Amino acid sequence: MTAAGLTVERAPRPRARGAVFDRAFEYACFAAATLLLSALGGLIFSLAIGGWPAFAKFGPAFFVRSTWNPVTEVYGASGAIVGTLVSSGLALLLALPLAMGVAIFLVELCPASLRRPIGTAVELLAGIPSIVYGMWGLFVFAPWFGRHIEVPAMTAAPPGSLWETLTTGVPNGTGILAASVILAIMILPFIAATLRELLLAIPPAVRESAYGLGSTRFEVIRKVSLPYVRIGAVGAIMLGLGRALGETMAVTFIIGNAHGFPTSIFASGATIASTIANEFAEATSDMHTAALIALGLVLFVITFAVLALARLMIAREAAR
Amino acid sequence: MSAASPRFGRRAANAAFLGFCWAATAIALMALVAILWSLVKQGVGGLNLKVFTMSTPAPDSEGGLLNAILGSLMMCVLAMTGAGVVGALAGTWLSEYAKDSRYGKVVRFVNDVLLSAPSILVGLFVYEIMVAPMKGFSGYAGALALALLAVPVIVRTTEDVLRLQPVALREASIALGAPVWRTTLAVIWKSARGGMITGALLAFARISGETAPLLFTALNNQFLNLNLAHPTANLPVVIFNFALSAQDNWRRLAWVGAMLIALAVLAVTIIARLSTREPQRS
Repeated sequence: MTAAGLTVERAPRPRARGAVFDRAFEYACFAAATLLLSALGGLIFSLAIGGWPAFAKFGPAFFVRSTWNPVTEVYGASGAIVGTLVSSGLALLLALPLAMGVAIFLVELCPASLRRPIGTAVELLAGIPSIVYGMWGLFVFAPWFGRHIEVPAMTAAPPGSLWETLTTGVPNGTGILAASVILAIMILPFIAATLRELLLAIPPAVRESAYGLGSTRFEVIRKVSLPYVRIGAVGAIMLGLGRALGETMAVTFIIGNAHGFPTSIFASGATIASTIANEFAEATSDMHTAALIALGLVLFVITFAVLALARLMIAREAAR
Repeated sequence: MSAASPRFGRRAANAAFLGFCWAATAIALMALVAILWSLVKQGVGGLNLKVFTMSTPAPDSEGGLLNAILGSLMMCVLAMTGAGVVGALAGTWLSEYAKDSRYGKVVRFVNDVLLSAPSILVGLFVYEIMVAPMKGFSGYAGALALALLAVPVIVRTTEDVLRLQPVALREASIALGAPVWRTTLAVIWKSARGGMITGALLAFARISGETAPLLFTALNNQFLNLNLAHPTANLPVVIFNFALSAQDNWRRLAWVGAMLIALAVLAVTIIARLSTREPQRS
């Protein structure tokens, strides 16, 4: 309170009443932020520790072998890894065009009065819990899917063709492709919402000049709008892929939960997440538990890689 | 047609593309309607007062979902309390103190990783650090798993809305003699209240339907249990177990539970959406 005259540099800065808590508050905030870091560190560490016995016993064969047998205690992850990648990849393939269509519809075509209700409806699709998707998928979607998609596709397959190989299985509606369709519905709103934000952020002048040159809407979207949002779109796609890779309950209901290397998209399969959900609580031995946790670590590495890749691509594009 | 109009091929491509956009939206909306319709169709029939007054039944006897509903509520409220405090403080640190510092960037990236980490892995983590050492499934473990899923959502939204608050607001408060912590709590948080509440609601909507992280943390409990130190029944896991069972009364209850949980989550989502304004194209 004595900041006057020549001693101004040495005098204590006048402080507000209660300023003693400033430090405490900053530390509290800092501690909360650090807690996040330790949560992630703990997650990785605990998965690595818990899965170590399985990595140590099976070595690289863990990733290559497709046998998963709790009775003989032989565990190989390749079936679940491939099941995860294939179901998510197919889901993305199905969801991406639809999500683009929805985003473009909401930004370009939708009457203004319907924009908000339809936008909210699509977002509600993202809010439905995955267990509800699972139940709906198993009891409502699967019977329809089996009757109207799988049976026709199998009868139409020419004998001996790749098509026939890919569609062998029991046409009861469950299986890898059915899980992919459900996953596609689940990730569609996430991709659509992000794309829509990106499209909304395009300066009007950019699109208007393209229209001014006589372009049709399709041409403006294909040659101006989409290239303009390219960077962000990669992020949106990766976000959707990340969701699909880690999705558990819906897939557990509908993929059929069969171990082994998947060869047909109509056959039952398993993903990493569905295997853990099905077996962890009833794991028969320590090695079984360890193998499941090791699977979890593999899943974490895959989703982390997807996120990091998205970041890297966005950074590289932005730097150009 | 005048000479300036696009040629037929281009117009056809345009029409086909616009038709596809309409169709894509119709498919998405049809999926939503189909799901809600089957929930209502299968769920309303089993809905009666017993659902809210009795606990989960043995096969072929009467019962409801009281223990599961209460268990879910207790765990979600506990999780949101913890996650709200930690998330708000961490978001505040990122927005007010970290700015563009290196550690701030690391924490932001870590938060993104947690946001996209599969929820079942959070369940595994909590199993490893809490259930295995304490040798027992418990409601507290379930609440911790849910909190870990809610925190990144809250951190992200808190940081985003706090960053939107004008610097002048902070300067005005500090010029009036308020210390920084009071400025943050009473001025910045207050002015950002709407956005922070929206973030919390979205986090709540996210965790209340989560099943995977509860499978091996809270587990399940056939009886009404108000002590979270024991395995605790919760709606998602009860739905999972009952839906895949062969008992008719269990399956019916699973549909009722699915309907209740979906309606609750959708209601919370709609409330959260209504409280934020839609971005408008200029």
